[in-house]
Amino acid sequence: MTEETITLEVTRYRPGHDREPRTESFSVPYRKDWVVLDALNHIKDRVDGSLTYRWSCRMGVCGSCGMMVNGVPKLTCSAFLRDYHPGPIRVEPLANFPVIRDLVVALDDFLEKLRRVKPWLIRETEKPVAEGEYRQTPAQLDAYKQFSMCINCMLCYAACPVYGLAPAFVGPAAIALAYRYNLDSRDEGYRVREPILSDSVGVWECTFVGECSVVCPKGVDPAAAIQRSKVAGAKDWAMSVLMPWGGRK
Amino acid sequence: MSPGKTIEPLWWSLFSAGGVVAAFLVPVHLFLFGLAIPLGWVSVSHARLLALVGHPVVKLYLFVLIALPLYHWAHRFRFILEDLGLHGLRMPLAVLCYGSAIVGTVATVWVLIRI
Amino acid sequence: MSEARPARPGLYYPKLPATWWLRRPGYVRFMLREVTSVFVAIFVVELLVIVHKIGQGPQAYADMVAKLQSPGCIVFHVIALAFVLYHTITWFQATGVVQVVRVGDRQVPPALVVAGNYVAWVVASLFILYWLLVRS
Repeated sequence: MTEETITLEVTRYRPGHDREPRTESFSVPYRKDWVVLDALNHIKDRVDGSLTYRWSCRMGVCGSCGMMVNGVPKLTCSAFLRDYHPGPIRVEPLANFPVIRDLVVALDDFLEKLRRVKPWLIRETEKPVAEGEYRQTPAQLDAYKQFSMCINCMLCYAACPVYGLAPAFVGPAAIALAYRYNLDSRDEGYRVREPILSDSVGVWECTFVGECSVVCPKGVDPAAAIQRSKVAGAKDWAMSVLMPWGGRK
Repeated sequence: MSPGKTIEPLWWSLFSAGGVVAAFLVPVHLFLFGLAIPLGWVSVSHARLLALVGHPVVKLYLFVLIALPLYHWAHRFRFILEDLGLHGLRMPLAVLCYGSAIVGTVATVWVLIRI
Repeated sequence: MSEARPARPGLYYPKLPATWWLRRPGYVRFMLREVTSVFVAIFVVELLVIVHKIGQGPQAYADMVAKLQSPGCIVFHVIALAFVLYHTITWFQATGVVQVVRVGDRQVPPALVVAGNYVAWVVASLFILYWLLVRS
């Protein structure tokens, strides 16, 4: 009995050789329990060992196997072949990022932006360890919890046309994380992050396309984080104009 | 950059306020003056309309109804043009769009105070 | 704005074409939503002209209404009304996302915020109709 197959149209790009990416088709076994990442692993193990892509955990937690599947940013470890049957399935590197090789994109820009928004608890003065932890009620946790689920997979950047058009934009995940810490009752860094968010490449660049929230595999709503940051930013701005001598938190 | 140094929050606030006005109030006025009155579904006498638009509170209402949505348009239209590939022309686009809204605001004031 | 990303040799830098918004249904809906603003703007300018004509007297206003009766104007206003209603729908949807309404410790479900907006919209619209048409 011949096994059923499905075609993967995979983007290939060899730095130094190719001027631009090209597409190569691979026929892989069609198995109902296979995800796109399994198909890529099959190609790398059995067909062409030079195929280059990132992956690690295979369970939607590490955030490293994000690619465009039929034009939509997806974690390939949770994109089942059966959902794309009978194919072909187009697999491309994450949109809007520079391509290093095949399906691997450059992370530098995103990592720099992540650092820039200082996604950690900022305290005006740290209390000594001996005094114990910073405590929080369940309601205080709920206030920011969904925004803390981000796994830095960058699917939201691949879905964001604003980032594609103007790569200087701080972007969905970084702003969502900044917002997450701003909402945290233990954090006192709002004033430190505010200049980064209200910068000309910050929240005001966003036109609320909203696709970042649609593609997030973790149910984070970066679009909401950005719009709410705009509301806060507009209030800050109004205060600074109406009361230039102070009145700022 | 401190929030005082970028003017974006002002444009965004006007955009939002205009968006609220457009969402809540524009449909009914468009229905009335664009369809219901021209098609004769309802009739309002000129005398009644004149009395209305001459009232200071109605004038204020009309100012809000007409001027704020212009900024709503200006903001969105600026970003439409940028999104369609005119990102290099940011400054001129902003001047053109918000400038038009400001001209519209002045025209609105002019029309309303002359009634 | 400056393109902050210095090109690294060997990397391929993709460029979004001007037709990017045709790539996904969500992008098309976004573009339609943004385009509603054009119809909003055209109508408020029209409204300003109508107000101006009302101020000029009965004849000027009657001429204006006659112009609005042309088939072209009617067709345009039907299309404009569809776009303006799309603005209302998408704006209320967005309000549900943007506005966090709290009662005590609990957040009001966004669907309830959106529903509240619709109720307020219907009440406001009916009130305006009543004021203009009935209360003479």
